Amino acid sequence: MDFNKMDIEQLASGLRAREFTAVELTRHYLAETASKEPELNAFISVTSEAALTAAESCDKALAGGEELPVLAGIPFALKDNISTKGILTSSGSKMLSNYIPPYDATVRAKLKEQRAVLLGKTNMDEFAMGSTTESSFYGPTKNPLDTTRTPGGSSGGSAAAVAAGEVPFALGSDTGGSVCQPAAYCGIVGMRPSYSLVSRYGVAAMTSSMDQVGPLTKTVRDNALVLQAIAGHDPQDSVSQNKSLPDFSSGLGRGVKGLRFGLPLDHLDTKVRPEIKEAILSAAAGLESQGAEIVPVHTGNLDVALPAYYLLTSAEVSSNLGRFDGIHYGYRSKEYENLEDIYFNSRSEGMGKETKRRIMLGTFALSSEFYEEFYVKAQKVRTYICHELTMALDRIDLILAPVTADIAPKLGTKKSPVERYLESFFVVLAPLAGLPALSLPSGHLADGMPIGLQLIGSAFSEPLLYQAGESVMALNSKESN
Amino acid sequence: MSKYEAVIGLEVHVELLTERKIFCHCRNEFGASPNTNICPVCIALPGALPVLNRQVVDYAIKAGLACNSEIAPYSQLERKNYFYPDLPSAYQITQGKHPLCLGGYIDVETADGKRRVRLNHIHIEADAGKLVHLDKEGTLVDLNRAGVPLIEIVTEPDIRSAAEADAFLRKIRALVQYTGVSDGRMDRGSMRCDVNLSVRPEGSDELGTRTEMKNINSFNFVVKAIEHEFKRQVNILESGGEIDQETRRFDSNTGTSSSLRSKEDAMDYRYFPDPDLVPIAIKTSELEQIKAQIPELPDVRMAAYVDRWDLSHYDADLLTNDIRVADFFEATAEKTAYPKLAANLIIADLLPGLAEEGDIPLLPRQLADLADLLGKEEINSNTGRRVFKLMLTATDALDPNAYIKEHNLAQINDRSALEDLIDSAIANNKKAVADYKNGKEIAIKAIIGQVMKGTSGLANPLLTEEMIKEKIARIPD
Repeated sequence: MDFNKMDIEQLASGLRAREFTAVELTRHYLAETASKEPELNAFISVTSEAALTAAESCDKALAGGEELPVLAGIPFALKDNISTKGILTSSGSKMLSNYIPPYDATVRAKLKEQRAVLLGKTNMDEFAMGSTTESSFYGPTKNPLDTTRTPGGSSGGSAAAVAAGEVPFALGSDTGGSVCQPAAYCGIVGMRPSYSLVSRYGVAAMTSSMDQVGPLTKTVRDNALVLQAIAGHDPQDSVSQNKSLPDFSSGLGRGVKGLRFGLPLDHLDTKVRPEIKEAILSAAAGLESQGAEIVPVHTGNLDVALPAYYLLTSAEVSSNLGRFDGIHYGYRSKEYENLEDIYFNSRSEGMGKETKRRIMLGTFALSSEFYEEFYVKAQKVRTYICHELTMALDRIDLILAPVTADIAPKLGTKKSPVERYLESFFVVLAPLAGLPALSLPSGHLADGMPIGLQLIGSAFSEPLLYQAGESVMALNSKESN
Repeated sequence: MSKYEAVIGLEVHVELLTERKIFCHCRNEFGASPNTNICPVCIALPGALPVLNRQVVDYAIKAGLACNSEIAPYSQLERKNYFYPDLPSAYQITQGKHPLCLGGYIDVETADGKRRVRLNHIHIEADAGKLVHLDKEGTLVDLNRAGVPLIEIVTEPDIRSAAEADAFLRKIRALVQYTGVSDGRMDRGSMRCDVNLSVRPEGSDELGTRTEMKNINSFNFVVKAIEHEFKRQVNILESGGEIDQETRRFDSNTGTSSSLRSKEDAMDYRYFPDPDLVPIAIKTSELEQIKAQIPELPDVRMAAYVDRWDLSHYDADLLTNDIRVADFFEATAEKTAYPKLAANLIIADLLPGLAEEGDIPLLPRQLADLADLLGKEEINSNTGRRVFKLMLTATDALDPNAYIKEHNLAQINDRSALEDLIDSAIANNKKAVADYKNGKEIAIKAIIGQVMKGTSGLANPLLTEEMIKEKIARIPD
């Protein structure tokens, strides 16, 4: 049986029909992981024993005729900034390389309730800051489609694990493209949900006002299933929205007839390589042929989004990462004679370059002298971006845009921080405005590397994103036929 | 020195008596064994998030209403960033630009009269943990207190003396106790105070350079710290020096203070709105509900005592500063024809030794009976105080009427019973008599004393004095 060709629903019905057991399924993915990990390094921890125990108990329940949720017995992986009780949760940092949480993140607890089988924790850029996984204390992850390339980041481990068939699904976290960008680089489906749709409780905070957990899957249908399982109000997250959840799969199969898609043409011309522009236009044409309406979308100056994003994210990072001080948990330098040494040496030794850079930028942006000039101004820009995108989405249903300027770069590519920051243009828009974005594979270069396309919708329009996303994916299979 | 006056502003931190901490479900209790009331939120594990306890907001609003503050319809929680081992998140969640309670005032009463102290604002915030320094183990961190809810009451620089600061703090304690939002106990750290002080020539309306003394934890130390700092600044100015703007540490052992850090070393706390928390919105209906729960406050009771029972403002202030005492006094006053005498006994002999918490150690009925005995001159004031002290310590409720009878403590109001004693006292104190006759009125006390002694303290002192004067007047020069 080729599990790799099956989606989650097929796996779930196979389990219920006793075509295979959860233990067999788990063993299959553990074996895949064991054979691929030496090359890929997608995982920081693989929890084989706990996974098999969970799978066994699932099998028992199924054999006993118990009704289990759809994800029961399905193996998955979590990004290593999502707290897992009793399992290392390092956030990709030396600072937390010995940190074992005494509690579960809400998304982890929800998947536990679903009886899904945790296979392990995936690699990531340190504290979710980066776009290649190269800032991980545990070394970079390789892109399974071309191991000389990066899988993207920061949720690169989760994306690579799904793309390589090590797990049917994984969770990542997205602050400024950390789910959408690696999904694009690895040719899979990644959802960044509307801000406040998924609980942040237990997910190591990077930028509290933008962090969202999102699923990485092979299909749109899988993605909607997983989001259904992890979304919902959480009284432990103050910003968590308290509305009743829609059925995220409700739009599937409805097609795109009558939907209006907006294309940010001016940015397509200037910000992406030609093949990517072609891919986006060709997808647009494909959707149009199915009855969608494609219109150019005009907004105000979106170029101010990027500096605002980096200012705000750095500011919040500088505060959120203060707790890693070498006092209460995590790494503590062995070299100290007084309190200041503990702080200084533990943080100097325990944190990587990019982390320190953002802490310094953010500390500066929040300093009383520059607060108005930087932090407050960036917040105003954020409000402006939010307004512009909301206005645009009043006239259209979805924005159709590239995810990245280029395909996955080679590992070890030397770029200045500013060059790297500039590449994030398309993936910081939705986070700044709290909007959902669905990253989908849409065509590829001649060498086979995938191109990513994203749909951005109004807040809480996830069912519509999945509905349209399914049609975008269908274009791919037509193309390859 | 008198040509200078102190200009004082206080920042008073008050721990709220909510059941749970401000941002998590941990119990808020004093004295639990170290690190037992903790959870991922209050010890700041990665991923843990704060959720505001609305009871804290309600309590802070009560305090604000009691202090005549405006309640802001929208307020905001901010992060104050700094590193210290008792602060595991490396930021304190507090309020800065948009506090919960705006303005307000408190009237204080001292021997010098009344003063209105205006408040700048009251805000809510989370307390930090505690460092415990041990000889062997070194410094240990106890995070039970991390996340305990606080209000910070910030005054305008309206206080002019140590006595006013003391009266202000006692009034704050009274208000938080009346409203039930805190026990207001400085000895347990549930009330702590920062003192900002500058001096200026009397009559000037400019402000001098101020210093700040942090975390003073008793009424007494606040008084001492102010007195010391006032003298220190005046001495510097008198000798032509300048005051450095600095934070000073008050040492309660020596009663002096030393510089902690100067303005140049002041930390930049990088305040910004906490993105994990939404703004606090207060609906008018919620506010009305809380208003309805505010009991009669000390100022109202004070006015009633002055009005109805003819007490001085100062005495009325003393009685109303502790809600237990005020309740006890009112219950007593209803039962006696002599409430003022009851008040005197309370102020002289109950207040000084009264424990910070627990019941008043006697019943209103007992004190009322005693006041009646005094008022009707059936016992004298010495006996009154003696019996009162006994009642305070007796394990059973002592009945003053029975006790007086049983121990024959009735005042001697009968002239004939005193006649002989007075005669012999006059005869035995020739020098005192001579002195008195020469205009030294106080000399008569010695004679009265002897009579009192002769009656085991039971003679009516006024009657005794009157009779002695009559008799001396009849002695030829």
